[in-house]
Amino acid sequence: MTVKEFAQQQSLTVAVEGDLSREIGGGYCGDLLSWVMSRAESDDCWFTVMGNVNAVAVSVLADCACIVLCENAPLDDDAKLKAEQQGVNILLSEQNAYTLAAALSKAL
Amino acid sequence: MSLITLHYDVPGDDFTRAGEASGNVKTHLKKLGFNPTVVRNVVIALYEAEINMVIHAGGGEIDVEIDPDQIRMVLTDHGPGIPDVELAMQEGYSTAPDNVRALGFGAGMGLPNIKKYTDDMQIETEIGVGTTMRLRVDVPA
Ligand SMILES: Nc1ncnc2c1ncn2[C@@H]1O[C@H](COP(=O)(O)OP(=O)(O)O)[C@@H](O)[C@H]1O
Ligand SMILES: [Mg+2]
Repeated sequence: MTVKEFAQQQSLTVAVEGDLSREIGGGYCGDLLSWVMSRAESDDCWFTVMGNVNAVAVSVLADCACIVLCENAPLDDDAKLKAEQQGVNILLSEQNAYTLAAALSKAL
Repeated sequence: MSLITLHYDVPGDDFTRAGEASGNVKTHLKKLGFNPTVVRNVVIALYEAEINMVIHAGGGEIDVEIDPDQIRMVLTDHGPGIPDVELAMQEGYSTAPDNVRALGFGAGMGLPNIKKYTDDMQIETEIGVGTTMRLRVDVPA
């Protein structure tokens, strides 16, 4: 399933469009950057409430397919800018990480 | 002679730029065709060490040497030094302040992650003088 398909299916708002045709390989939930950094896998859909510039850096380094900011967590302006520069997909949702991850798990 | 040598100045307390050096090294390694596991190991270790420089030591310098069979990284800072390295190496140990934790750092996983993802890790540190970290990731034949 692509990032775009998942976004449509779950009515996620696209805050930053990198490459929405990227395939999602799995999912990871977490807000502690060191954990995500070392445990998220390439092509994971990352569910978090961390909408800062460091989350964008971690997403790039861990090679996540997209970041999903859950529960209306805010996306910082400088994070948005950096994500645009680096082509990182960022999606927004009012749902929590559990609900979204469960939906993704069903869809994959 | 190394294939490539890279040098970075890491500014202190600038969280917006933290990760730039690691990202740049990643781009180089990918272009050079290193396998994804090697790239991942280097990037995880370097990012953690880079972030530590920013959070705990007011910035510093990074030198990277890329060879076909190994990647060597030297991170030098003139921060406060690490009083008890053995303690600092323990998972969960962190002196990061609350404002840094709010950003998602300070899990106390940095040094353990560096150890885990490198083939060699040497820390030279002196109180009030600074810390030098030498890391090596071997490329499997
Ligand atoms: N470059 C450094 N200079 C001074 N102290 C450091 C440095 N790197 C790490 N430390 C100390 O070691 C502790 C553990 O580091 P780490 O495992 O990366 O956890 P964290 O960065 O999440 O606190 C830090 O909280 C800090 O006290
Ligand atoms: Mg750290």
